[in-house]
Amino acid sequence: MGSEILFFFEVLVGGLLAGTMYSLVALGFVLIYKASATFNFAQGAMVFFAVLSFVGFMELGLPFFFAFLVTIGLMVIVGLSTERLVLRPLMNQSEDTLLMATIGLGYVLEGLAQAAWGVEVRRLDLGIPDFPIMFIADAIGIFISALDLTAGAVAAFMVISLAILFTQTKIGLGLRAVADDPGAASSIGIPLKHIMLLVWSAAGVVALVAGCLWGARAGVQFALVDLALKALPVLIIGGFSSIPGAIVGGLIIGSTEKVLEVYIGPFFGGAIEGWAPYVLAVFFLLKRPEGLFGEKIIRRV
Amino acid sequence: MSTAISTYSKSDYINFVVLMVLGFLVIPMTVSSDYWFTSILIPWLCLALATIGQQVIMGYTGQLALGAAGFMAAGAFACFNLILRVDGLPFFGALIISGLIAAAIGIVFGLPSLRIRGIYLMVATLASQFFIIWVIDKFGWFKNYDSSGIITAQDIVIFGRPYTSPVDMYLVILVVVTIMTILAINMARGSTGRNWMAVRDMDVAAESMGVSLLKTKLQAFAISSFFCGVAGALFAFTYLKSLEPVAFDIKLSFKILFMCILGGLGTINGAFIGAGFILLFPVLLNYLGNNVFHGAIDATIISAMEQVVFGVLMIVFMIYEPLGMAKLWENLKQRFFKKKDN
Amino acid sequence: MNTAQDRKFKIGDPILEVNNISLSFGGVNAITDTSFNVLEHEVRAIIGPNGAGKSSMLNCINGIYKPQQGSIAFKGNTLSKITPNIIAQMGISRTFQNLALFKRMSAIDNILVGRKLHSKANFIDVAFQLPKARKEEKQNLKKCEEIVEFLEIEKIKNTPVGKLPYGLQKRVELGRALATEASLLLLDEPMAGMNVEEKREMCRFILEVNEEFGTTMVLIEHDMGVVMDISDRVVVLDYGKIIGDGPPEEVRTNQKVIDAYLGVSHGE
Repeated sequence: MGSEILFFFEVLVGGLLAGTMYSLVALGFVLIYKASATFNFAQGAMVFFAVLSFVGFMELGLPFFFAFLVTIGLMVIVGLSTERLVLRPLMNQSEDTLLMATIGLGYVLEGLAQAAWGVEVRRLDLGIPDFPIMFIADAIGIFISALDLTAGAVAAFMVISLAILFTQTKIGLGLRAVADDPGAASSIGIPLKHIMLLVWSAAGVVALVAGCLWGARAGVQFALVDLALKALPVLIIGGFSSIPGAIVGGLIIGSTEKVLEVYIGPFFGGAIEGWAPYVLAVFFLLKRPEGLFGEKIIRRV
Repeated sequence: MSTAISTYSKSDYINFVVLMVLGFLVIPMTVSSDYWFTSILIPWLCLALATIGQQVIMGYTGQLALGAAGFMAAGAFACFNLILRVDGLPFFGALIISGLIAAAIGIVFGLPSLRIRGIYLMVATLASQFFIIWVIDKFGWFKNYDSSGIITAQDIVIFGRPYTSPVDMYLVILVVVTIMTILAINMARGSTGRNWMAVRDMDVAAESMGVSLLKTKLQAFAISSFFCGVAGALFAFTYLKSLEPVAFDIKLSFKILFMCILGGLGTINGAFIGAGFILLFPVLLNYLGNNVFHGAIDATIISAMEQVVFGVLMIVFMIYEPLGMAKLWENLKQRFFKKKDN
Repeated sequence: MNTAQDRKFKIGDPILEVNNISLSFGGVNAITDTSFNVLEHEVRAIIGPNGAGKSSMLNCINGIYKPQQGSIAFKGNTLSKITPNIIAQMGISRTFQNLALFKRMSAIDNILVGRKLHSKANFIDVAFQLPKARKEEKQNLKKCEEIVEFLEIEKIKNTPVGKLPYGLQKRVELGRALATEASLLLLDEPMAGMNVEEKREMCRFILEVNEEFGTTMVLIEHDMGVVMDISDRVVVLDYGKIIGDGPPEEVRTNQKVIDAYLGVSHGE
């Protein structure tokens, strides 16, 4: 009896921590949504682009931290170009038009990344082994991967710092003003350009970090883009505009996915995690369309 | 764009005759290389049919649906199983029933559209895409418990005569696509299409005029899935030949999405233009790569550039011409006729 | 101004009864315990300062909003928890304050959508162009052409409505509502943003429809002149409550009404 409960906890904790990896991807979406009220479908491609470039730069000989910084710089350029070339011309268009444009952007980034760096799967060694931490295993009897734990810690750190940034600092306030009404915000002196720079830099960092953690686990490959699709159910549950929501959503998706896969999966030959998050999201939507933390949308006639 | 004319205009008749002559006579007689049939015409017609399905649900009814490939898979595997298990079932009968099965599944997965919209609905339709493929994959019955995991679509046999050569298969597809396109055009131009577009443009007003959102949306999902199901069956039996669920993955759904949007949202023309472009552009790139650059450019780079081009085109069209290539074509025709008048 | 003797359709019994309607949005009370009725064949105006709850009231009547309390009865049947399309079937149609046209469709296509309630052909009939569908389409098209002629918009009937000037768009929306052949028409500020000439035309259309077909009209209107001219009775709303109900002359001299308008001081 005891070992069954222990096993359940192991699965649960593993799922929760894997969920934080989803959260990190979702965080990028949330940042852009908070700053420009657009859903950036290309965020997944950005994760892929970021980590592939990072690995590519290291292959070219740049040392770890330098490559990291250069990649951040690259992501900032990508972000600002996106804002200038894609989002701004479409500012007054319908949500759907913007969405399609960001899907197009995703294609562009995927294609560019592959053209620049090639299609082979890369190994990414962060120095953190994807193996159970022995002393926890010995102490409680649960096997938790060191990588998962790191991901959880990193995600927690990012969420807390971003949340503080948004709610407590002047810059955060400015960001929210810009998202609400860029015209009004700029007319009272909020430096739009600086805000945009900050947001896209943050999104770039988040994308790179997420990409690194995922890359360390699964190798840096094209399949990373599909993983970004998984962030969508996370965002639906957590709400598109909520930073803590991204974490909670990720935890819920990650844990549910793992538990279902382990306990129900074997009856069907597995791979339930391919669709379960989406179905879960649908049920959630039917009850609470705006997500756990999102803002309620009222349509005025 | 459509006007309230449900009777056909003179140019409609002319276009129809020209296309029929081209499709059924000229092409089979003049095109000699099998490559053109197997690699261009056949997939183009099949994918255009699926794109018509996408147009119905997204272009006309305005529902953000991203699961076309899933319904294609449903149709394909339904057709395979029907022909396998029902003795003496004619091919066209199997096609229709496959379409109906896909339509029924489409109604079920379309139900969320009654409460959710936009990106949220897109995520819900992704559920259909992943779930359908998973079901086909995991339940061996669909693949007739074949241990190798690869099943081959049967030969197309109509009235006892097999249609297996490229030209034969092309003609079979052409018949189906012609009929279904005419049905689609009739619906799009008639009250059915107007109700779809009303739901797209202003659903509250549509409801206030007596349009049932429930019935209209589910009807659109059903018809859209029907088209995708038939397209999938045709695609499997004439192009893929070996049936694997993975051939109908999310990438294909995205491809059809691009065909629909680049071609021109809310037009039947757009389905054919978009499908044609997405299919032919890689051929063009390959040609350039081999003949102009003499194979100097790696194949992976070429396919990566393809993606970049499609992505850039999507962005450019959204900014400058959201109504897609069909609209560009219309503008071109207008200008041409203006010149003729002068 | 119509006298009782002039009318082809004499004003009759109540066709619409609004009973103790209360509507609130997340704590904000849009309408509070409001009751009034509309008599058959009359032209009923709803007036009041901005934000008084007039549009919300129309939305309650045609089913877009569900009031928390109270009930609405049309031709004796209660409309509660019914979707707008069923209410449309029962004979109520409307126009919208901020225009709710189908932007990508032509004017005549917009009006044709209004014929939905008079279309029995299903999608199979339409797909195969069966005689049933063809006949119906011809009839509906003819009816819509009549409306187009009546509203004097022949020139723009094939233009996508998104490209039309505001005044013409308002006319198309009226046409769409007329196409439903509803017995009760709810018009939300049908003349907003129009100049004197355009307003005169709209008044003419509204009155003609009321006289020719006996269609009961409820219209939200800000222009007092129009209200005096064409309405039989007026309801005055302020902050979601009724502060006046009666013939135009009576309401105009009602002190509470005057105070409400002066107090909120909105220019007409």
